[in-house]
Amino acid sequence: MFPTCPAVEASGVRRTFGRRRAVDGVALSLNAGECLALFGPNGAGKTTLLRLVAGLLKPTSGSVRVCGHSLREDASARAHVGLISHQSMLYRALTSRENVEFAARLYGVPDPRAAALNALERMRILDRADAPVRALSRGLQQRVSIARSIVHEPSVVLLDEPYTGLDAAGGAALTDMLQLLRSSGAALILVTHNVDEGLGVASHAAVMLDGKIVRHDDCATVEPRTYVAEYRELVLRGAEHASSFDVESTA
Amino acid sequence: MMGAAWLVARKDLAIEFRTRTAFFSALVFAVLALCIFYFAWDESIIAPAQRAPGVLWVVLAFSALLGLQRSFSIEEHDRGIDALLVSPISREAIYLGKAIGNLLFLCAIQLITIPALALFYNLPIGRPLMVVTAIVLLAMIGIVAVGTLFSAMAVNTRLAELLLPMLSLPFFVPILMNAAQATTRVLADRPLAESWPWLKILIAFDLVFVVACTLAFPFTLEE
Repeated sequence: MFPTCPAVEASGVRRTFGRRRAVDGVALSLNAGECLALFGPNGAGKTTLLRLVAGLLKPTSGSVRVCGHSLREDASARAHVGLISHQSMLYRALTSRENVEFAARLYGVPDPRAAALNALERMRILDRADAPVRALSRGLQQRVSIARSIVHEPSVVLLDEPYTGLDAAGGAALTDMLQLLRSSGAALILVTHNVDEGLGVASHAAVMLDGKIVRHDDCATVEPRTYVAEYRELVLRGAEHASSFDVESTA
Repeated sequence: MMGAAWLVARKDLAIEFRTRTAFFSALVFAVLALCIFYFAWDESIIAPAQRAPGVLWVVLAFSALLGLQRSFSIEEHDRGIDALLVSPISREAIYLGKAIGNLLFLCAIQLITIPALALFYNLPIGRPLMVVTAIVLLAMIGIVAVGTLFSAMAVNTRLAELLLPMLSLPFFVPILMNAAQATTRVLADRPLAESWPWLKILIAFDLVFVVACTLAFPFTLEE
């Protein structure tokens, strides 16, 4: 839609909460069809960076642009973004279809009901379309949440731990959908603790520590097992004065 | 903007229609309070019709708070508010949608409370009650404007239930004062012209609160 601009462009982004620097001078650029997997221990600033890109947080300094627009200044540009967060962002009293249809209407999708059913079908949860969200398991809620965030076919999708709570079928549906989004030209930022999953989907990988991107790789050039080992070492070295360390790998 | 606001309002009303928790708690509070106030005074000292305006506005203010409390708490549970904030609708549309939803919610409460008040306090049914209903609607606009803003501000705090009334009630005072003065005169069967100055001030407060709160709302969402 904006072919001359990077899908996501951040330069010198800093965000502080009181005296704590959650994101400290991050710069990144992502083109259409690319996927950046963002790894890092708890508290590294990954979610804050994602919320900055989504326009939910205002940078203390620096700038974030999506498809050439600042989402905080240009409300209509937010139509290009889909966000999948830690929380489901669903209304428990409404059904799956109503939740997704409400999102479709917010984004001005032409036939919201058909789009909602289509998105639910893509996440393989169409059979539970009329079930209230409160009656669904955590994993099924996550599928509805993903359907909600892609119903308007965004050109930038921000995913914060999207595999959390998903079973094998849900995970496979999500991976298929992410590949489909990439092939249709969408740019993705995927925050995850699971290095293998991230490398399996992404074109680029980055590691965040203490609010900074400390490593950035092209996934075509990395070997997953070596990367996992190096990542562990990097995080352990960086976590000498941090309390948390979590890195998952099935490798 | 109004289309997006109506979407948000419809969603809030659909949630309330499914759960009915806030509606029933506000309604039960309103009817119980009417009963308690009825039996709290000696009928031979103050006639029920003379007590009615005061009772109406006390009941209305506190039942409104019960409804307003839920306005943003339904957004907090699974961070539904984030889905609204990343969507292309403006912050002002979110506020207006919430306010419209709250207004319709409170109107539904008043649809039962006002007839109950007329029944308990032996009020004349007909024109005076219709005028009182119109005054209630005018007051509701101001109350909802202020209450919706403070509901958004209070929801992220640990003391949300306490903070909302503490912040809202001082701003309700000018609305309730003018509405109560106008209601007293209407129920005493005095000419409408006597209530008009109070109503003009009430309308002015409504306008100021709606405009100021709509403009202030985006700032309450900043983290």
